[in-house]
Amino acid sequence: MSFGSGGAPAAQGLPDLGALITTNQRTRAVAWRAQFMLVWLIILSGLVAFILFTIKLDAQFLVKVIPFIIGGAGMTILVSFFSIAMAIILASLGALGRLSRNPIANGVASFYVSLVRGTPLLLQIYFIYLALPQAGIVLPELICGIIALGFNYGAYMTEIFRAGIQAVPSGQTEAAESLGMSGRTTFMRIIAPQAFRIVTPAIGNDFIAMLKDSSLVSAIGVQELLWKAQAAGRPTYQSMQTLIVAALVYWLMTLAFSYFQGRLERGMASADRGKGSVQ
Amino acid sequence: MQPNTLSGAKSTATGDLVHVIHPAEVPGALVKPGAEPILKATAIQKYFGANHVLKGCSMTVYPGETITILGRSGSGKSTFLRCLNFLEEPSAGVVEIHDKRVISNPLAPRSKAVQEDIRQLRLRAGMVFQEFNLFPHLSVIRNLIEAPVHVKHVPVAEATEIAESYLEKVGLIEKRNEFPARLSGGQRQRVAIARALTMQPDVMLFDEPTSALDPSLVGEVLKVMESLAHEGRTMIVVTHEMSFAKEAADRVYYMDEGEFVEVGPSEQVLGDPHDERTRKFLSRFLNV
Repeated sequence: MSFGSGGAPAAQGLPDLGALITTNQRTRAVAWRAQFMLVWLIILSGLVAFILFTIKLDAQFLVKVIPFIIGGAGMTILVSFFSIAMAIILASLGALGRLSRNPIANGVASFYVSLVRGTPLLLQIYFIYLALPQAGIVLPELICGIIALGFNYGAYMTEIFRAGIQAVPSGQTEAAESLGMSGRTTFMRIIAPQAFRIVTPAIGNDFIAMLKDSSLVSAIGVQELLWKAQAAGRPTYQSMQTLIVAALVYWLMTLAFSYFQGRLERGMASADRGKGSVQ
Repeated sequence: MQPNTLSGAKSTATGDLVHVIHPAEVPGALVKPGAEPILKATAIQKYFGANHVLKGCSMTVYPGETITILGRSGSGKSTFLRCLNFLEEPSAGVVEIHDKRVISNPLAPRSKAVQEDIRQLRLRAGMVFQEFNLFPHLSVIRNLIEAPVHVKHVPVAEATEIAESYLEKVGLIEKRNEFPARLSGGQRQRVAIARALTMQPDVMLFDEPTSALDPSLVGEVLKVMESLAHEGRTMIVVTHEMSFAKEAADRVYYMDEGEFVEVGPSEQVLGDPHDERTRKFLSRFLNV
């Protein structure tokens, strides 16, 4: 009867093993965390030292240039937001096509995915901006950028959505159909809501990736973060300063959106109310 | 219900029932005079690839009957049950439930009209699965009213009322706002039964409803099923629970290698099987 961590073993002069293990684990966790932070600190100060030794910091220049560059962040977020929205729409249609028994729908969707995934994103951006005008289609650079990014991400997301839909157990379809639901009702009310939960983390990841890939549209003159950093640094050969500023802004945006993504996922997990916990 | 007051084919064939019943087809059926079958499956065949799983199975069920389909694993029982509501499309055969008749034609493309026919057939048959298949993203009550509201267009208030009465019946009204993940297996299956009942089908189909359950949870599900049988619901149950077949079923269909080799009143089939294969199968349960 002395298996508990209560007073019985202590009374016999034995240490409380449970408490010892807990303390030991806590000490090791703290040590690990300290080393981890130290590594970050060392790398970061190394980088800062490198920068300070190689360039002379011109405070006046920085004060002038930093607001200008940060002004591009708004455009980066705008481009990413509209591109991801377009990608989600294309991916929803694409996934339905890829899962369709209709040879035409399936053929169109798989051709789209194959072509887009088989060519570089930068080429696609150039194609819409530089090549389409030859066919008489001239669009403003911002629209070109959003279309190219949305089109490209839509193809990758098509595969994510397809996998998400297929991850919903077939028993769900059978149950819905046995209740007399049509194919459409089954998909809209039973399959899609479950598939959406499955793919939400992936959409978040894609949005974060999009924040950075949107820098490619600077190549066609969209005045977002990277474009502004280049424009500010080039005239006086101070690109290192301006690019570092842009890098920090990208990094901070990524950290912020990762944080929101984490909260969203935790929120959805608790909405499932202890999914799979009770047998 | 007294399953064996009308015992055997001979007695039902006498009197004024002859015009409706083919006694050879439904020996021991419990039929009121003039009754029409509520479900009739005729010559159901099923191929999986070249594998001939069902070799022409027929079944006739009258309102209020409880049928159990027994047989070894892999004999085709579940496939037959799933053919009744076209979750598996029969390779050949006819299924009629109440006033809906669907003739299987897997070679023709499924036209809109055929799809609608199948959907109508499914509305007449409620199905309970081995794995429950509750909708995990919906609360218990939403699980129940989803189909009545969005398929039959019953007003939400009315559907909720019906749903609650069935939740009451399966003893889970206090779980009405829970999510399926928070329920035990037995509770999930009882909710699944209530969900099928809320559609008010003509026939209930049970596909091994207790096989995925922890043994300690089987009883509560069987109790619900037995009470349904006793209040005169039409049920077709594929099961390995001999106690259910004995206590609640009116008739037994014994399947072997894709054929019904013995059909009769439960007492006769379980107590005095005529077919050698049935006898062999049942002998395993004698000592239980």
